Amino acid sequence: MTHIYATRGVTRALETGGAWLLGVLWLLPLLYAAWTAFHPAEFSTRFVPTAPLTLENFEKAWAAAPFARYFVNTMALVTMVLAAQLVLVTLAAYAFARFEFPGRNVLFALVLVQLMVMPDVLIVENYQTMTTLGLKDTILAIGLPYMASAFGIFLLRQTFKTVPRELDEAARIEGCGPLAVLWKVYVPLARPVYLAYALVSVSYHWNNFLWPLIITNSVESRPLTVGLQVFSSGDQGIDWSIITAATLLTAAPLLLAFLLFQRQFVQSFMRAGIR
Amino acid sequence: MTRTTQWFYGWLLLLPAAALLALFTHYPVVATLWHSFLSTPKGSRPAVWVGLDNYRQLAEDPIFWQALVNNLWFALGTIPASIALALLMAVWVNGRLAGRGFLRLAYFTPTVLPMIAVANIWLFFYTPEYGLLEKALAVFGAGTHNWLGSKNTALACLMVVTVWKEAGFFMIFYLAALQSMSPYLAEAAAIEGASRGHFFRRVTFPLLMPTTLFVLVNAVINAFRLVDHVVVMTRGGPDNATALLLYYIYAIGFRFWDSAYAAALTMVLLALLAAAALAQFWFLERKVHYQ
Repeated sequence: MTHIYATRGVTRALETGGAWLLGVLWLLPLLYAAWTAFHPAEFSTRFVPTAPLTLENFEKAWAAAPFARYFVNTMALVTMVLAAQLVLVTLAAYAFARFEFPGRNVLFALVLVQLMVMPDVLIVENYQTMTTLGLKDTILAIGLPYMASAFGIFLLRQTFKTVPRELDEAARIEGCGPLAVLWKVYVPLARPVYLAYALVSVSYHWNNFLWPLIITNSVESRPLTVGLQVFSSGDQGIDWSIITAATLLTAAPLLLAFLLFQRQFVQSFMRAGIR
Repeated sequence: MTRTTQWFYGWLLLLPAAALLALFTHYPVVATLWHSFLSTPKGSRPAVWVGLDNYRQLAEDPIFWQALVNNLWFALGTIPASIALALLMAVWVNGRLAGRGFLRLAYFTPTVLPMIAVANIWLFFYTPEYGLLEKALAVFGAGTHNWLGSKNTALACLMVVTVWKEAGFFMIFYLAALQSMSPYLAEAAAIEGASRGHFFRRVTFPLLMPTTLFVLVNAVINAFRLVDHVVVMTRGGPDNATALLLYYIYAIGFRFWDSAYAAALTMVLLALLAAAALAQFWFLERKVHYQ
């Protein structure tokens, strides 16, 4: 596509310069963190090209806090949340998209309430509920409030509605029950939307902080984000080289996944946003 | 399928999600309202009905008012800036600039990083004397300044982090909208002799209105929902200069363990979010008719 309003000459050069300046500014904090983490402490703010590279900061960080356990916890958390979300959201979206039942519109409106009032702001009451249920300080408690995701229900309902009724009916004539139709017709057709939703969900829960901070209280249940906070605000003294190394460790898996699957990530976030 | 089987299946499919939503979204909203009229149970003393006492306390609490004002400034400082930057970024990476693949990557990267991790990096960035900001300013002969420790600059520092984190995320939606726009529009406008700026103001920007609204709603929710960086960088200080509403709720609920007062504060936050939702519907009805 040739763009009619593509710029030329000086304007073009200025715009390219501006875009690059902004791009470099945007990456600067990350580059800065990488510099500090991979160099000995005495070079953490001295930018000389001859500074020796080292992995020592990562080793120290890894040894100073149970990061391995935190990684396992976070992995368990995002896997559990995503698995539960996929099942619950699929069933609910199918109900809203293809079944007639009394109260459907009211119930759908009640689901959409969660788009505005996310579990993130209901921390006080949800903490009480978890205490009552005896689930405090468990990984399940971190994930439970997010499992029925209004966002996911909305997204999949829109997708299921675009599936031609003829496919649905053909499968029924073949003798499929409602669940078999869902599994054989709707789910395969919605695969790109599932991928989009999964990426958004995983990055959200990998990064989530305030609720896990409140509800967890031990190494056995803390996710990485909370573990990092406990580590960096601890009393080991402020050694920025080690803290930035720990910070990069926390962000590394998502960052690597993003760099490898850039296109899918960007398209997924895009797809998830278009309604 | 008969009508009753339809009903049966519909309800059954919905049941698991509905139960969890009711337990962790609808019940807490109602319970927050109820608990905001009770006292905080302490030890053997159960909660008792205190009517509007918690709200009276709230009206007389200078820190609450400060947190509310802070949050409004925070919203005002982050929302327009991140949306404007997002639009600029999207226009740039949608054009044919050299290295736009790299630029897209650079702009979007902060989105996938945990807020808590980037807050740590920025904390280091802002460190007095030692941090990169101070080092860069020292080159220009500027004196040292405690950026996060000073009442005048702490909130602005948090705003910068938020804009940096969000702009690339919002860019994606503008980019999607720009890419779905018909190239014939630009051709027609060029034939009519419209300048580039004129075309953007009169055609592109109005067509992006639904996207802008979507982004705006997200930005408003985030301005009241995201306080991770406050916990890491300032803990609401210095002197409550960076206390945002949700952070104050967290401090009251989980540092002072005053759950009744925290419930009253949560009601204020819920009211703000409800107002945002209503404004969105009102606006959708009236202003955005491009789909």
